[in-house]
Amino acid sequence: MNIRTLIAGSILSSACAFAAPALAQSGDVSACLITKTDINPFFVKMKEGASAEAEKLGIRLSSYAGKVDGDHESQVNAVETCIADGAKGILITASDTAAITDVVKRARDRGILVIALDTPLDPVDAADATFATDNFEAGRLIGAWAKASVEDPANAKIAMLDLNESQPTVGVLRDQGFLEGFGIDTADKSRWGDETDPRVVGHEVTQGNEEGGLRAMENLLLKDPEINVVYTINEPAAAGAYEALQSAGRAGEVLIVSVDGGCPGVKNVQEGIIGATSQQYPLDMARLGIQAIAKFAETGEKPKASEGLDFTNTGVNLVTDKPVDGVPSISVQEGLDRCWG
Amino acid sequence: MVSEQTDHEHVARGADTSTPVFERSKRSLLGQIQHALHNNPTLVPVLILLASVLVFAIATDGRLINGLAIKITLEQVSIVGILACAQTLVILTAGIDLSIGAVMVLSYVAMGHLAVTYGLPAPAALLGGFFVGMGLGGISGLLVTRVKLPPFIVTLGMWQIVLATVYLYTGSQSIRSQDIDATAPLLKLFGERVSIFGWEPTILGAPIIYAVVLMIAIFALFSYIMRQTAWGRHVYAVGDDKQAADLAGVRSDKVVFSVYVVAGLIAAVAAWAAIGRVGSISPSSFAEANLDSIAAVVIGGTSLFGGRGTILGSLFGALTVGTFATGLKLAGADPQWVLFASGCLIILAVALDQWIRRISA
Repeated sequence: MNIRTLIAGSILSSACAFAAPALAQSGDVSACLITKTDINPFFVKMKEGASAEAEKLGIRLSSYAGKVDGDHESQVNAVETCIADGAKGILITASDTAAITDVVKRARDRGILVIALDTPLDPVDAADATFATDNFEAGRLIGAWAKASVEDPANAKIAMLDLNESQPTVGVLRDQGFLEGFGIDTADKSRWGDETDPRVVGHEVTQGNEEGGLRAMENLLLKDPEINVVYTINEPAAAGAYEALQSAGRAGEVLIVSVDGGCPGVKNVQEGIIGATSQQYPLDMARLGIQAIAKFAETGEKPKASEGLDFTNTGVNLVTDKPVDGVPSISVQEGLDRCWG
Repeated sequence: MVSEQTDHEHVARGADTSTPVFERSKRSLLGQIQHALHNNPTLVPVLILLASVLVFAIATDGRLINGLAIKITLEQVSIVGILACAQTLVILTAGIDLSIGAVMVLSYVAMGHLAVTYGLPAPAALLGGFFVGMGLGGISGLLVTRVKLPPFIVTLGMWQIVLATVYLYTGSQSIRSQDIDATAPLLKLFGERVSIFGWEPTILGAPIIYAVVLMIAIFALFSYIMRQTAWGRHVYAVGDDKQAADLAGVRSDKVVFSVYVVAGLIAAVAAWAAIGRVGSISPSSFAEANLDSIAAVVIGGTSLFGGRGTILGSLFGALTVGTFATGLKLAGADPQWVLFASGCLIILAVALDQWIRRISA
């Protein structure tokens, strides 16, 4: 889930026209990729994956990208264009996950395979399939790693740096996953902030950027200057938290963990600023999506969800150079090779 | 001799000949308060600030009056505070600048990329950033004064254009703090602790960073300019009544244009301070700085209709919001309540302003 553009989108929500579809390969089967924007590195990687796979399989791919995030109406237009175009399948990262379902239903009624990428629709079964990162697992991995890496987990003091006040699903999943991984009772799993474990010093919101991370960390340090584990929603927030710890003179003593796997973030893991981060793979989401459309065009078979989940997990890896027993991880070098942005 | 018929003044002869004086109308206590507030516009934000400090000091059992809490509040207020100074100038001309936060972000993105990506010396990169800020302010100024578009529309458009430029140019990628340290540490000057020949002044034991000093210096400077210089008085005159100002010989379009340029420059200075404070060049930060700055100005008692308010009021307005934020968090409130309280403060401040303006002096 891309946090950076969430913010851009909430601001720039006025109508902006979609860029003309970029036509790739010609072929019998055609597919559409609709992303929120094409400036965010996360979606750039997604488009890269879709284009490469489409070329390989001889699928004609039309890519649509709104100029700004939150541009729902243009996504509706794009789906309608894809229907008119006779597309076999649509890959979509929805800006408005509930509102898009009407037009998605129209597409599915026409026999088009609709796959939600990265962001599940609301409800999740409004799409034929969802290819996304298991954000709960992403959180659980860093939680388990932190538990194994901190000196005295029973007396840890944990700062939780979350996304924003409205508690979007992605933020809740990562937060609660982390707590479960650390072995803390999460109470109601559908929201953060209701935990009673005294090890959790507090939750603060960061808007997923550096300034927010800094501010949130400062506030929590004020509450308890002895914090020694910091969970962050993404790597920019982690970078901000590190600044706050640095000016408090605690930079070296605190474990920071994060989620995303963008290149600057992995570089921060390399330099020891972030202890470990869970890396997600936008390229794989799109690549697997195109493969699924090709298969659907050939056999009519729809992709199945991963076991125990209501979506297809496209994989998440813990990136760290300090691996611990019982928590699978990949090296920073491998993380750098596979990072996006 | 004057006959009775031609003596037209005979009726006045018996009248009271003492000098007329204004009768002191008897005001109620409330009326007196209203009058005092009307005469001293800075009094309201000062009182609100003192009241909020008092309330939160009690609510947090005194934890608010602590070096670290004060340091953090001041630092968190510093960037939006500087922007609020720029915003006050614009609002005093009966305008508004919705683009001020985005202008700041583009300015520091320019500074960062000029220095880190293109390897320019830090002072040149800073200068580049200042020009970006002034240039963008100038564009808004021209659209307001030459094309005669309403400031709200102009800066709404500029906000989106500038922000889109930021995202397109940077691809939403930050420049890491460590990369700035390696190439252009001057950019992070305002994040350093204040040190005068090795002596580090403190507030109740907590160190001060230059960004806080900068904010106070900018407020002091513009407070002086607005009171003591012709330009400052002209800004008030234009905002109060543009036609009257024109008739009095003020070239109001020039004044308004210059206000937007100065606001852009202040935003660029804030940009420099923001790099120091945040550490990295972060395109997605400060997304709501424009609204935060307007909130500070409004709580600071400046009228959105122009011509009435003080620069210092906005400083107190910004500090009030900061006190609320820190106080609520220390008291253990959820982050949502900070948002809630800030909303209440804005409405309260504007309602108070309306009430004071209703005075029949």
